[in-house]
Amino acid sequence: MNEAATETGVTPRADGALLEVRDLVKHFPIKVGIIFDHETGRVRAVDGVSLDVAEGETLGLVGESGCGKSTLCRSILQLLEPTSGSVRFDGREIVGLRGRRLQPLRREMQMIFQDPYASLNPRKRVGDIVGDPLRLHGLASGQELKRQVHELLERVGLGPEHYGRFPHEFSGGQRQRIGIARALALRPKLIIADEPVSALDVSIQAQIINLLDELQDDFKLTYIFVAHDLGVIRHVSDRIAVMYLGKVVEIGPAEEVYSNPIHPYTLSLLASLPIPDPRENRAREPMVLEGDVPSPANPPAACRFHTRCPYATEICSEVEPELVHHGHGHWAACHHPLNREHPEAVRATLPQA
Amino acid sequence: MSLLEVQDLKVHFETDDGVVKAVDGVSFAVEQGQTLGIVGESGCGKSVANMTILGLTRGPNAEISGRIAFEGKDLNQLDADELRSVRGNEIAMIFQDPLTSLHPFYKVGKQILEAILTHQDVSKQAARRRAVELLGLVGIPDPERRMDEYPHEFSGGMRQRAMIAMALVNDPKLLIADEPTTALDVTIQAQILALIERLQDQLGMAVILITHDLGVIAEVADQVNVMYAGRIVEAGTLDQIFYDPQHPYTWGLLGSLARPDRPRVERLSQISGQPPSLLAPPQGCHFRPRCPHAFDRCTEVPRLEVRAGEAGHADRCWLSAEQKRALRLVEGRIGLEAPAA
Repeated sequence: MNEAATETGVTPRADGALLEVRDLVKHFPIKVGIIFDHETGRVRAVDGVSLDVAEGETLGLVGESGCGKSTLCRSILQLLEPTSGSVRFDGREIVGLRGRRLQPLRREMQMIFQDPYASLNPRKRVGDIVGDPLRLHGLASGQELKRQVHELLERVGLGPEHYGRFPHEFSGGQRQRIGIARALALRPKLIIADEPVSALDVSIQAQIINLLDELQDDFKLTYIFVAHDLGVIRHVSDRIAVMYLGKVVEIGPAEEVYSNPIHPYTLSLLASLPIPDPRENRAREPMVLEGDVPSPANPPAACRFHTRCPYATEICSEVEPELVHHGHGHWAACHHPLNREHPEAVRATLPQA
Repeated sequence: MSLLEVQDLKVHFETDDGVVKAVDGVSFAVEQGQTLGIVGESGCGKSVANMTILGLTRGPNAEISGRIAFEGKDLNQLDADELRSVRGNEIAMIFQDPLTSLHPFYKVGKQILEAILTHQDVSKQAARRRAVELLGLVGIPDPERRMDEYPHEFSGGMRQRAMIAMALVNDPKLLIADEPTTALDVTIQAQILALIERLQDQLGMAVILITHDLGVIAEVADQVNVMYAGRIVEAGTLDQIFYDPQHPYTWGLLGSLARPDRPRVERLSQISGQPPSLLAPPQGCHFRPRCPHAFDRCTEVPRLEVRAGEAGHADRCWLSAEQKRALRLVEGRIGLEAPAA
């Protein structure tokens, strides 16, 4: 990883960061054999990610399927054990904590999942689903528990009549509200929302996004918000991190990233996005990226995007670009940064013969 | 004469819980070479209506009425055999999930060959040449080799290309694409949309594109139908729907979009509540329970006709032209909010 980035912090706001992720790596071994297995390769799902999340902000995480967004989230929450690297939450190192020592942390960090049909236990009533976190952590019981669950349900837009019902009696949007109530139950500081609206219809998406927005203000929440919908991400995020094949290729304030993308991958994501405005669609230059995303088990050498990048030159396949600061808290890992007239920012050079 | 003319199509399914009125009186037309976009949320009947065109919803519990005139002949009157000669031949369809629409046991090439040999009287060699040509046409590199691969060896985007190649084997006049890019990443979606547009220009076919994504509609459609709970609530040209929307549901859809190309707004305009059950839809306008502008007349069903829009721009809403113009603006943008009292 880039030394400069670790020294100065990946963001200028490193001091007040609630979450500091450094060089986080999660590889999944590919094994062959039944009794005596051996490793034949590794899926490099997350391959050296560093980022900070400040208290009260929303960090949007975008990228295409297989880029490691979900693995990164799960590794941060210690639902997956990172291969290496460090995650500090509120100043405490949490990588390596297990069992009981991890439990207090679970109260502080919660997750909302993509599929509201698969993430709620179909045999439990809503009251139990939302109340279980409180009960398991010994925070409430009996009438007090019931009162708190009612309060949570009301806060996410459900009524007391929903307390005794089962998940199958609810629509997708309502189920997502149940998932949100469950995540809120322990009054966490950080909520990681992994594609919380992707499975929902457009009109319901807006309801859930507005709800998450209100809750952030009311409960002083910090969000990591994962989505592949760039419109949703722009609406919810203060800062945005763009991932490609296990790496963060660009990170910066949302408006900066959208109006002045530095990395060609970010530009191509924005340019290939259909805009719901016919006149603007007709007016703009189409930019269609060739080819598919390469396999993370065998990523291209050096800059991982060079196989699809229209700006790639020789250096891109030989030297891996570092994450470089381009001003205004806007970082990118590219040898040919766009929208920037600071060639001095490009530090990597071809090795001298 | 339009290439396809659907008139008062109704598809009702008998279930244990009652009759589901999945499609409840839908009429539209598709002209030669044109792209019709159909937009609506899950369960609004957009897929059922289009599967019915190809006879894919026929069954003992389905009651289908109305006229589906394709080049003058009523597809609804054809028997299963006659319909089979139309399906995959003059009208082809591609689906959302290319992995479940390709047979996992057979090589991709074999599946395309089958589509050719079913409808054309040609030798196997000629069919193979045609299949390779088509795979090349849809942008699959090294088509000769990919012919002998299985679907699992294709990526999602490549599978959808193979599905499109298969749909094109008999030079269809109409291609029905049901959410063709929903399962794909944005960069791949852009490739597939560009491909569909290029093929349409080259081959002059008409396309019905079904999607829930207004961005995709804005990119490819000429005409747009907005569907809600089994009915078309608004129909017009692309620009009419986006810049002069007449139905409150369309306002809600446009307003609830988080725009990727604009700085964020304070709060998204949202449609409250959820779509009605098609077992017991509300009386009158189906959108009435969610509409903040509903009034007593809305318990009557409004017909789909030109009301407040320009010629060719029809909607199902009782509000007057002036009311529509005033109510649809929420802080300068199109949206659906209850008017301040």
